[in-house]
Amino acid sequence: MVREITYADAIKEAFDQLLESSPDTFVMGIGVKSPWYVGNSMKGIFDKYGEERIIDIPISENGITGITIGAAMAGMRPIMVHPRMDFMYLAMDQIINSASAANYMFGGKSNVPVTIRSIINRGGEQGAQHSQASQAMYMHIPGIKVVMPSTPYDAKGLLVSSVKDNNPVIYIDDRWLYNEKGDVPEEMYEVPIGKANIIREGKDLTIVATSYMVSQALVAAEELADKGIDIEIIDLRTIKPIDEDAIITSVKKTGKLLVVDAAWRHAGVAAEVSAIASEKAFSYLKQPIHRLTLPDCHAPASSVLEEVYYIRSDKIKEKIQEMIK
Amino acid sequence: MKTNLKISKEQSLAFYKDMLRIRKFEEAISDVSEDKEIKTPCHLYIGQEAIAVGACRAVEKEDYAFAFYRGHGHYIAKGGDTKKMVAEIFCKSTGCCKGRGGSMHLISPEVNLFGSTAIVAGQIAPAAGVALSSKLRDDKKVTLLFFGEGATEEGVFSEIVNFASLKKLPLIMICENNNAAAHMKLSERQPIDDMYLKTEPYMPSFQIDGNDVIEVYSKVKEAAERARDGQGPTFIECMTFRWKGHVGPLLDIDKGLRTAQEIDSWKAKDPLLNKDILSGLLDSEIRDIELEVDDEVKQAFRFARESSKPDPATLLDDIYAD
Repeated sequence: MVREITYADAIKEAFDQLLESSPDTFVMGIGVKSPWYVGNSMKGIFDKYGEERIIDIPISENGITGITIGAAMAGMRPIMVHPRMDFMYLAMDQIINSASAANYMFGGKSNVPVTIRSIINRGGEQGAQHSQASQAMYMHIPGIKVVMPSTPYDAKGLLVSSVKDNNPVIYIDDRWLYNEKGDVPEEMYEVPIGKANIIREGKDLTIVATSYMVSQALVAAEELADKGIDIEIIDLRTIKPIDEDAIITSVKKTGKLLVVDAAWRHAGVAAEVSAIASEKAFSYLKQPIHRLTLPDCHAPASSVLEEVYYIRSDKIKEKIQEMIK
Repeated sequence: MKTNLKISKEQSLAFYKDMLRIRKFEEAISDVSEDKEIKTPCHLYIGQEAIAVGACRAVEKEDYAFAFYRGHGHYIAKGGDTKKMVAEIFCKSTGCCKGRGGSMHLISPEVNLFGSTAIVAGQIAPAAGVALSSKLRDDKKVTLLFFGEGATEEGVFSEIVNFASLKKLPLIMICENNNAAAHMKLSERQPIDDMYLKTEPYMPSFQIDGNDVIEVYSKVKEAAERARDGQGPTFIECMTFRWKGHVGPLLDIDKGLRTAQEIDSWKAKDPLLNKDILSGLLDSEIRDIELEVDDEVKQAFRFARESSKPDPATLLDDIYAD
């Protein structure tokens, strides 16, 4: 049965069903029993499963991430929660040197089925160290998968797939999506990792977007539909491994590509998607590829500056109009 | 305080044999490294044999262990297949990591030895994670965690000491204090000499003679009993010395890092010359062990030399698990 619930509730439901269905799954992270850090996305989970399986932790990101990696090496299916991507940098040694390298380095004898949930939590004048979206750092690394759900349906299905996957998966959700509503089946289901989703079909221009930017691109596309502009939107959903076919097929159809990713520009998701399109669909492009990203600049605190820093639908609309004259 | 533990004849034989296996494998690896038959950087364990052997003999095959880049000794002591080890050091397709790991990354899932790491202290957190899995599953297994005293300088060491103690994890932290990290002596890196003082507020912490296999065996056995009983982790600092330089077959005397006198003073404390062990063994038994070990070494090297190199077509295999 399908019903409409929020993105945050979809995440919570995935946690609940994963914990319910397998004793091998447990959760560790800063603030997992605190309602502040994880919004309403884990409300009630601690009360239901208790401190044995929902382990709020001392402030030791690297050590505790490594602990979940070790538990995964022993065959468990832990979920590590980083309430902000900014804090996750402290764990990069373990994520890269232990988790991502193990299966390859040990000749396929040490897989690491850990899920590392990290949350983009920005705006509200939080400043440079409480605002980051560092997905590009992780898509650079061999041996891990990186997913970024934009809809409640994918938020649940991709969390389930991440935990069931036999590899380390970085699952990135966005606080700005928590109140978005959508159809979510009640039963547990998986969304395939590595498959993009054509969220809107169109013929004039392709937008490839991630996470919150998908929802903003949709708003822009709907507003421009009245003017006869027909936009195709591809929700990447997984940024590693990336669905090259979906990008190429769409670019071949529309001949125009705009990539939207709410993170720093240099060597980011948008740069990678642009490279794929120009390597594999160059002759179909009718004009240069455009990227809409954050500038190569740290997040400011002042809301006046935040307003110009972040990307909303109006900026996407403006860019589309510039590309379709 | 020295242990009064009496060990059986079988134990004496086993301890001696495993220490000799490590010694002879490492000497042979040192030779092929010096001859440039192999390139992979080898961090040799000669001089520290009593620690891996005493500790691994004090637990069961099913118990877990984590080691690090100076890890040939732990692999042998835990019961890993020595043919696969030497083949890995030769970077052959038959190696325990199919030639992808080399000397610093050995693994033997058959005996629950997890993969060794070449990041100082990189194994500490995953080892605590395996210990946490034992606690959550109540499987009564313990995890041996080997690391050098240099690893206690990393931040993650403090993080894990805190957490392992807080959650009473069945973790046995075995600190091999050989007084050196690469080219730096302990006194150049830390204002204290005794590593066990760092963990004393958190867990039972001891400093023992790491060259005395019986001493190591006995302390680890006690720690394992406590861990299985739910009483949490133990820290055991084993004082020792590596005969070779940081990496490779040389002694680092020429580089001014060590003196011949220092090395000789530790050779006098050779773990293989343990009187309590040797006094229980007949000369003929020792000779039999030597022959047996020589044969094992010979066969493992023959296996490695005769094995094929990895097929270049396999370069991108195993990036992800299925």
